[in-house]
Amino acid sequence: MADNMKPKELLFGPILDNNPIALQIIGICSALAVTSNLNTTVTMALALTLVTAFSNFFVSSIRNQIPSSIRIIVQMTIIASLVIVVDQFLRAYAYSISKQLSVFVGLIITNCIVMGRAEAFAMKSPPIPSFIDGIGNGLGYSFILIILGFTRELLGAGSLFGIPVLSKVTDGGWYIPNGLMLLPPSAFFLIGFIIWGIRAVKKTQVEKDSFTPAAHTRASEAF
Amino acid sequence: MAAKHDSVARTLIVALLVCLVCGVVVATAAVMLRPVQEKNKLLDKQVNILQAAGLYTAGMDVQNAFKSIDRKFVDLASGEYVDMPSSYDQRKAAKDPERSERLDGKVDIASIKRQANVAEVYLANDENGELSKIILPIHGYGLWSTLYGFLALEPDADTVAGLGFYEHAETPGLGGEVDNPKWKALWPGKEVFNDEGDVAIQVIKGTVDSGAADAAYKVDGLAGASLTTNGVNNLVRYWVGENGFGPYLDKIHASAQVEAPAADTTESAPAEGEEVNNG
Repeated sequence: MADNMKPKELLFGPILDNNPIALQIIGICSALAVTSNLNTTVTMALALTLVTAFSNFFVSSIRNQIPSSIRIIVQMTIIASLVIVVDQFLRAYAYSISKQLSVFVGLIITNCIVMGRAEAFAMKSPPIPSFIDGIGNGLGYSFILIILGFTRELLGAGSLFGIPVLSKVTDGGWYIPNGLMLLPPSAFFLIGFIIWGIRAVKKTQVEKDSFTPAAHTRASEAF
Repeated sequence: MAAKHDSVARTLIVALLVCLVCGVVVATAAVMLRPVQEKNKLLDKQVNILQAAGLYTAGMDVQNAFKSIDRKFVDLASGEYVDMPSSYDQRKAAKDPERSERLDGKVDIASIKRQANVAEVYLANDENGELSKIILPIHGYGLWSTLYGFLALEPDADTVAGLGFYEHAETPGLGGEVDNPKWKALWPGKEVFNDEGDVAIQVIKGTVDSGAADAAYKVDGLAGASLTTNGVNNLVRYWVGENGFGPYLDKIHASAQVEAPAADTTESAPAEGEEVNNG
């Protein structure tokens, strides 16, 4: 699988062509939870990229030694250890952000992207391409997250990275913040728009209908 | 994967080695980083205390500023200072049946269920070493979450010097506006107790009529967040009331009487009035 892929494809492919969130629709829960402002968004994106890259690397390094009966739990152990280390570092060097991210750093362990890449790619590929694949998928995740974080913080709080950009009515300005943007559902809508946008440009990503109604079927019969 | 990898012995060895290596990595990270984490935690709390007291400016030397703040412990029932180890954690104590009390539903307006017997207070001193702010930790339930914060009082234990919350999960943009500096700026100068010595401060729905006689006891509610507003109202009233810091604050009022003759007349006048009414 890895033999016929160039590092460049591994690195940039997951951003638009094979985006984990937009095409594979995985890793959505943290994308909803941490994107209400850019500080937490960027921290989360970095944390996930690092974890995916290193878990891919380590899983790939020992892939020939892992008995297939316990391979999932071995991957989980490696991922969980990396996530705990990242969490400890955040608590030590970015305390206020780690307080906001709270449980979501820990939940990287169960993030489908990390698990999915370890099982689908790292188990079958050498360490270096696996590492690059991890970075690439991390970038794909980060790309969507940063769009979400940017939009939500700008429209919801009138600021970027906590620095006021649009002066809010409550501070004597003109901008009435859109409170919905700060709530998790807004990320759902935005992800929907992003997926729509990407698939409008790249028609190959549009999924085939899983079935087609027979001719002369009324709509009420089809479902 | 080849079948030779799947023997039982092999499986056990791989599992054991992976666990061992991961365990060592995690333990090392946790132990090495603990001192930095503890320092951050303390710093975070100190910043919150300074912010509530209105002493915080961005980029200041927090540790240095905190040298002038004493941490003391108060037995809530008697209002007396007690000695506690510096590791005392009020939140943990509130969960320990031996060191806390279950609150009756009628009393428990802040919905905190259990209350620790001993609470922390922070006493800030000015340059001359005289008491300048009394900072009380407060908490209570809002709409979605327990709000944790600090209420700072002037040395008369009556005038509010500031209020700030450092932990809550209220709705962003509505109840979350408890963090809005403009709303917090409404608190300093408000009075907690009325002339009769009863708890009078309240957060009302809507805007306070500044001309009204009791405007000094009232704070504007948050627009669109009646339940968070009620929560803040209840928790502030609870903590300055008889089940919270009431007995402690009464002691400060009383000791202010003793010192009153030495103070100038403008300060002693209201203090005497309180003495009569408290008695």
